[in-house]
Amino acid sequence: MTAVTTPGARTPAPPAPAQDAAATPYSHLRIVPARHPGRWVATAGVAVLLAMVVSSLLTNDRWEWDVVAQYLTWPSILSGAWATIRLTAAASVVGFALGTVLALMRLSRSPLLVGVSWAYTWVFRSVPLLLQLLLWYNLAYLYPHLSLGIPFGPEFLWFDTLGVVDKFGAAILGLGLSQAAYSAEIVRAGILSVDQGQQEAAASLGIPRRRQVTRIVLPQAMRSIVPTAVNEVIGLLKGTSIVYVLAYGELFYIASVIYGRNGKVVPLLIVAAIWYLVLTTLITIVQYYVERHYAKGAVRTLPPTPWQRLRWSSAVALARLTGRPVPAHVPPAFAARARVGVLTRTARTATTRHGGPA
Amino acid sequence: MTATTTRNPPAPAPGGAAGRVEVHGLRKSFGTLEVLRDVDLTVEPGTVTVVLGPSGSGKSTLLRAINHLEKVDAGFVTVDGDLVGYRRRHTRRGGRRVEVLQELKEREILGQRTRIGFVFQNFNLFPHLTVLENVIEAPLSAQGRPRGEVEPEARELLARVGLADKADARPRQLSGGQQQRVAIARALALRPRVLLFDEPTSALDPELVGEVLEVIKDVASTGTTLVVVTHEIGFAREVADDVVFMDGGVVVEQGPPSQVLDHPRHERTRAFLDKVL
Repeated sequence: MTAVTTPGARTPAPPAPAQDAAATPYSHLRIVPARHPGRWVATAGVAVLLAMVVSSLLTNDRWEWDVVAQYLTWPSILSGAWATIRLTAAASVVGFALGTVLALMRLSRSPLLVGVSWAYTWVFRSVPLLLQLLLWYNLAYLYPHLSLGIPFGPEFLWFDTLGVVDKFGAAILGLGLSQAAYSAEIVRAGILSVDQGQQEAAASLGIPRRRQVTRIVLPQAMRSIVPTAVNEVIGLLKGTSIVYVLAYGELFYIASVIYGRNGKVVPLLIVAAIWYLVLTTLITIVQYYVERHYAKGAVRTLPPTPWQRLRWSSAVALARLTGRPVPAHVPPAFAARARVGVLTRTARTATTRHGGPA
Repeated sequence: MTATTTRNPPAPAPGGAAGRVEVHGLRKSFGTLEVLRDVDLTVEPGTVTVVLGPSGSGKSTLLRAINHLEKVDAGFVTVDGDLVGYRRRHTRRGGRRVEVLQELKEREILGQRTRIGFVFQNFNLFPHLTVLENVIEAPLSAQGRPRGEVEPEARELLARVGLADKADARPRQLSGGQQQRVAIARALALRPRVLLFDEPTSALDPELVGEVLEVIKDVASTGTTLVVVTHEIGFAREVADDVVFMDGGVVVEQGPPSQVLDHPRHERTRAFLDKVL
């Protein structure tokens, strides 16, 4: 019993004093933990494989880590990474803004709006992104000039197509418009996941239609939208590398230009890979906090962030070491860890005092 | 949004002589199932009407039709003489002046609903908003009232339903009974003339029913017109001015509780009461 109330205790409980034996019939017996030989074998196998990978990374000169280190912060690589961030951000904004509009159209009662939204998704999901990018880049061939005016009527403003849809413009159009087709489905699924009673309650309170969507339905839909949406943004981040076909200076294109010149293909691919890894990590961290934000109200109490957990655990560990009380900002569930020993001791004495047969 | 504001001046405070509900010839079918078959009902201002009946008898549909959450096939509802969901209008047809019922725009219907509060069986609180935010949302966005006026009033309402200390909690952190009390405060925040309760205690654990019924009794004492669909016969006997028994989509009988509950005239009423008492 004593061992059970001490979570995380590795060593079996020491033989209990004789008086405890009177309390419970088992308390004088030593507890032997269950053995897991399979787990040990698997762990050892994976450890060996890991050692092999690390050793080959370090000992194989062809990785040329010095070249990787040299180019990792090369100005043109940095500008390429920045271009990738800009492309991803712009295409995400275009994609999700248009995607939300398409999702709302799809849920509307007008058959034309539903049809157009459906057709958009159908076309943009069906045509390969690479092909779409090249088509947008050649927009100037189809329409040399763009103008603003009344449909079928007079025109007020004229643009040179090439002036508006340059490489960056074509990349944003291609990535954003195709992203919108996917985002539309994600947003629609999110909206459908919100309990019908929510909109009904909003309607019964007379809350205006637009406010029902922005204040009541969408914030709740976000909870199921965010994880999938971040997946899409990460996909988009990596997808921007496809824009190298337009010779636009994003991360991958810059890396390929450099290795085309100096022949250090593998190190430069590694440089690009490291940057994609860093950017994806940043997005994942943002995702964690965005998800937490929208989880408010969906769970009774939010679980602590890894950062909070680290801070509280170290505060508890310090308190245990120094014997001082746990600081007040540590929640009771964490503070309890510092008191485990004390708790079990009290529990045992209590049993001895009251639990034993007379 | 501002247009809605001017269209809906705050309703008179509870206790005024408003809140008369008239239901005429209501019919509603879902597919081939006829849920309401020619329902007539009059609810006098400031009274409490309890609607009883077996499940599937059309009680909830009737309630939802009163605030136009459910569009009916025939018949109409008026609150203080105003048609709900329609407006009388003159138009010209074939050179003659004719009177028609113009279906209202959604915005106008939303405006009408601010005068008819609704409390749901499943509370339907907004889980992502705090209790206070739940209560002030509609007065702010539907009635366009200033926050400085709405918030103290909301806190007062929360105190009245015994939840003054829960203003910053979120609905999921509350018990079912507390959630339903918040839902009542939320409905009251619009100062409705009529308050509709759709089985307000059916989703609650038995020991939480009492606290919600107490709050409803308190609201009843302020003179707001209440229509309550419930299975709580004791509540009906104690609080109701009028009891309506529905079965098969029609009103079988209506009268004071002493009559309908103790001396029912219809066999169907008697059979139902035998089962639930």
